[in-house]
Parts: sequence; structure tokens; C-alpha cells
Amino acid sequence: MSDKVLMKGNEAAAEAAIRAGCRYFFGYPITPQTEVSAYMAKKMPKIDGVFLQAESEVAAINMVFGAAGAGARAMTSTSSPGFSLKQEGVSYIAGADLPCVILDVVRAGPGLGGIQAAQSDYFQVTKGGGHGDYRLIVLAPSTVQEMATFTALAFDLADKYRNPALVLSDGILGQMMEPIDFDDVEAGFDPSKIRDFSDKPWATTGTNCKRGQNLIKSINTNPVELEQENIERYAKYAEVEKNEKRCETIGVENADVLFVAYGTSARICKNTIELLKKERVTAKLFRPITLWPFPDDALKLAAKNVKAVVVVEMSHGQMIEDVRLNIQDKPIYFSGRSGGMIPLPADIAKVAIDAVSVIKNDGSNTYEGGRE
Amino acid sequence: MEKVFSKPHVLTDTPTHYCPGCTHGVIHRIVAKVIDDLGIEGDTIGISPVGCAVFMYNYFHCDFQQAAHGRAPAVATGVKRVHPDKIVFTYQGDGDLAAIGTAETVHAATRGENITIVYINNSIYGMTGGQMAPTTLMGQVTQTTPYGREASTQGFPIGIAEMLSTLEGPSYIKRCAVDSIKHIKDTEESLRVAFQRQIDKKGFSLVEILSTCPTNWGMPPLEAMEWERENVFKVFPLGLYKDKEINFYHKDVANADEKAIKASENSGTDCDSIKEED
Amino acid sequence: MPKVTININKCKGCKLCTSVCPKKIVVIDKKTLNASGFCPASISEPEKCIGCAFCAQICPDVAIEVEK
Repeated sequence: MSDKVLMKGNEAAAEAAIRAGCRYFFGYPITPQTEVSAYMAKKMPKIDGVFLQAESEVAAINMVFGAAGAGARAMTSTSSPGFSLKQEGVSYIAGADLPCVILDVVRAGPGLGGIQAAQSDYFQVTKGGGHGDYRLIVLAPSTVQEMATFTALAFDLADKYRNPALVLSDGILGQMMEPIDFDDVEAGFDPSKIRDFSDKPWATTGTNCKRGQNLIKSINTNPVELEQENIERYAKYAEVEKNEKRCETIGVENADVLFVAYGTSARICKNTIELLKKERVTAKLFRPITLWPFPDDALKLAAKNVKAVVVVEMSHGQMIEDVRLNIQDKPIYFSGRSGGMIPLPADIAKVAIDAVSVIKNDGSNTYEGGRE
Repeated sequence: MEKVFSKPHVLTDTPTHYCPGCTHGVIHRIVAKVIDDLGIEGDTIGISPVGCAVFMYNYFHCDFQQAAHGRAPAVATGVKRVHPDKIVFTYQGDGDLAAIGTAETVHAATRGENITIVYINNSIYGMTGGQMAPTTLMGQVTQTTPYGREASTQGFPIGIAEMLSTLEGPSYIKRCAVDSIKHIKDTEESLRVAFQRQIDKKGFSLVEILSTCPTNWGMPPLEAMEWERENVFKVFPLGLYKDKEINFYHKDVANADEKAIKASENSGTDCDSIKEED
Repeated sequence: MPKVTININKCKGCKLCTSVCPKKIVVIDKKTLNASGFCPASISEPEKCIGCAFCAQICPDVAIEVEK
């Protein structure tokens, strides 16, 4: 498959996981990502891998816990309601310092909600949906190519930091087909090492009576020790924040308006930038690629000389809180849709135009919403 | 003179945190003896539950993972699929296995997952201070059945051995006890058969071991054994519930014909109905 | 004559062993307190021991070792 191939986002992520050495996938059907399981069900038996459809998302994430603790590159994929079910397991995986990859193809919530795309799980994935102090490394693709590239990257980051890594996609990206080139997806993985667990000396592979017990656990009822484990984990997170922030800025440097958006919303902002040219409003896009660690410094830089910031999300505004945390000297506006509705460039443009024009009169108030 | 009886090698010297007379200790020793006798300490990975036995990993030398409450069979499945030649066992109480972990238990069993479950049924939640369990007897007083368990509000005890033996997947299901030397020997023999079934890759095995909880039953250890014989054995009869050779038919899909798969994709029919030209 | 060694500091005085000894020689030593404050088990008449190790098999704390 070295040349270009047309592929659905969900299947591109599955293929990339296999190429990254994942041979253990535990899934459960939930729209709009079930193709990942179907793809794994077809491919894994042919490459001596394991695809297992668990009895629930709760079971699936705990199978990932076991497989990851046994030294394997393990993965599960789900959508929002399923990811809610996995929160306890994710907290245990983080608390036991285990690497694994989770693909979350977000759909509209809350509750059973809808099956169309949304971005209303930002809080859940970046502010920790499970209990306790922990973080997920979160990558947000906005193309089918990135669904593949980021899934492979997630395996490397998970192993590098012994932490769960999550690819935050959505129903559009999962179901959409785009040309994709697997050449630049080759993760730093040596296929011959799939069954060789020597790079994970901590894994439960059986002592063979040649070493002491390997123990995978998150419990510690001694507060002194548990706090120390948390302190060490946060030193690790500081490393992640130092090394792994990723983002992209597109558009003219001295634009008046800065769009801040990730994933599908970022694509729509690119169209909006073109639309605004006719209105002689200059705009640029800041696209976070890692939602955690959040690219805060780069955002501050991108916002330096703009007149207004417009955050675009397929939700009622969640990432906007992180934008507000980092930008205090600029008016911040919001434009978004939810329920599976997709923000339209025209609506976003209107918010941007109002933002710029309002500045010309008094330049103080912040104005939110933009759908009327 | 030579040693007739001593601590199994796989057991550590760490004193256990269990209450005096708690049968967890007896069962740990029996499991350890079976692991020693089968010579599998280096190949064994234990999964400890949430409950009194959560710290079981402190008492064993073999590799261990500590699972979320009720999820041990799923964690064990993950480990086993990665290391099919290693021996994976879970050790779970009645709250862990028969309450929150019922789905994980039933599905590991019906998958015929090649693991061994050591299920400790003492009819109560011990670690959290004596609450009702799914296996609490009718009329039994616990912290959450202060007037004695009654069916109208708390329903009936669950017989896991009976329930799972109706499934196709399990190969060996036995219910034992450790209240007497005779039963301790039977438990040891049953656990040996269960672990051997796993070594032979013959599918899912579960040994349900009736146990006492002197502290939360509110009785001295010996009285608890007596109470168990008079009351618990009647609700949970000891014995062999399933012992069957399971035929795990494995379809060699590695070189299954892509055409067959494509055909099934379009017509939505099951691959098997496609005539394969062999 | 068989030899039974009881690790009195591991014993929790639960008395299970006293109920299974065919010779009824496993008793609680009420005059001794171990480090945890339990009265440990002891062998009242060692010469009657037949080395069956029943006491050791039912001990939850693996505190008894038997030689023969």
C-alpha cells in the first residue's frame, strides 16, 4: 500500500495501528466507528493478531489493561457513550502507568444523543473523564491522513511516556474517505519485535523463575507512597508538556481575526478564511493538534497582533475555556453548532465580521454565539 | 527426618492481612501448592480482585496484575491473548465476580477463555465491612440486610457454578469448601484439574470455593465453619457441575480466500455459506 | 517421632488447627501472647503426634511446619 489509496478514516486508523505493531485490538460496536472493529476482525487473524469483540466497552478497556500490562501494543476504539463507559478503566491504566491507544470517534451527546459528528467530549478527554489526577495524551486529526498518522504516533507516545494516548476524531472524519499515503505513517516500530517484550521489562510475561515479581497495579493505601507515585507521574507529564506540544498556524501573519479550531472545525475555518477575503477581513487559523498538552505558548504567539479571536467548535464551547486561560488581552468570540449540526462558513464569517466591526466602535465587550 | 509439610515456594513470607481464621489464607496456600506441584510458578500470571484479596500479590512470587472491581476476567483475557502459553488465573470474591463482574464472568466463560477462575464465595462483602453479597443467604443479617435478607426487596442468592454450567464454553466447573481436611484435599485436587485443563489448552475452568468470614458473620472461626456446614452447604451444594472436553473448532482464516470474504461483504451472507473450492 | 514447628508470631490464634488434630494434642497456649497479642497454638503432647499435618493444612497463615 505504499502508494496513495482511498480510505475511510476509521479504516485508515485501523490499518495504521497494525502498521505500528498493534496485534491486540478489543472492540465493541458503536456508531460511528464500528468499521474499525470490522477491519480488525478481517485483518488480525491473517497476521497472527487478536481481534476480540468484548461484551461491553467496560470489558474492552480492561482487556486493553491486561494486554498492555502484559507488554503488548494494545488498542480499543469507541465513540462518546462508549468512552464514558471506559473512564474507570482509563483511570486504572493511567494509574498503573500503562501505554495503550484509544480512538474516540466523537458523536453528538449528551446521553445517547445522536450519531453525527461533534466535538462535545473535549472536557472529557482533556480534563480527565475518570477519577484522580491523570492526563491523556490527546491528538486531534483533521484529515483521514492524520487519522492514520496520529494513530501510529499515539503508539509511540504511549510507549515513550507509559501513558494512555487518545486520538480524538469525530463521526465525519471516521466515515469520510480521502486519499492517504501510508509511507509517512511508518511508526518507529520494528515488526520483528511484535512478540518480543524485552523493551518492556516491567510487563507481566511470567518470571520464568529468573526475575522477581512484575506487578501492574494502581492501588496504594499508603498516602505517603501514593502521593509520591502521583508526583513522579506529574514529573512525567511535565516532560510531555515540554516535548510534545503540536499545533499549526495557517493564513497571513498580520490577520485581524484569529480562528482557533481543531479537527473538522479547523477544516471549516479554512473555507471561512477564503470567504472573508471577499469581505476584506483578514483571518488566520490556529489549529491545536495536541489537545493535551495544549499548545498554549504557540496560541499566545498566534494571537499577539490580532484584533479578535473566534473559537469554533462543534459543541457549546469547551476548548474556549482553555483559549480564555491563555488569552486575556483580546476579545474572544465563539461560533459553534451541536447535536450533530455542522458549523457553516457563512455563520462563522458573520461572527468574525461583527467581532472586527464592534472593535471599531468601543472595542471592549466580548460577544458569544453567532448562530442567529 | 524430612519435611512432610512446609510453605509452598510460590508463597512469600509476608504475613497476611486477613482476619484470624479467614479461609482466604487456606485457599492461597492450596492455590500455591498446586502452582508448585505443576511447576508453573515462572509461567503464571495472577489477577487479583477488589475485595479482601486485593493484596494477594503481596503473598505470591509470580507476576500479578490488580484489576478493577469485577473486571479480573477481562484483564485475564487481555493477558492470556498476549501470552497464550502462560497460565493466567483470577482470584475473586462473590462481590467481585457475582455482582459487579457478572458480565465479565459470564462472557469469559461462554468464550471458553482458556483461563482459571478461583471464586471465593463467603456470602458477604468482607473488605467494606460486611454488606450483603449476591450470595448472601435468605434471612442472613448483614450491614445492608439488617433485618435479614428477604426476597421481596433483595431477591435470591446466585449459584454461579449452576449458572455457568449451562453455558457451552466452560470445560470444568466445581464447587468446593475448605471447612475440613477432606474438603481441603478435594479443593486441592479440583484446583489441580482446573489448572491442568488450562495447561492442556482445553478451555475455561472455574472452582467456586465456599468460605467463611468470621469477622463479618460475627462468629469465631470454628463457629463460622459450623454455620457454613449447616446453612451455606444447603444453598450451595458442593460437587462437580461441569467436566467436558470442549471442541474449539478453529477455522484457518489465515489463507481464507479473499474472494470469499469480498462475496460475503456484498451479499451480507455468512462466509461459511460460500462454497470454498478446496 | 514427628516434629511440629509452629511459628508463634505468624499464628493468629484462630483455633482451626485445634479442631482437626486426630490426636487432640493441638491446643491454644493461653499463657503466651505473640507479638500481635494473639494466644498462639501449641502441641500439648508432642510424643503423641503422628505427623499427619492436618493442623498445617487448615492453618490460614501457613504457620505450621511438620517433619517426619
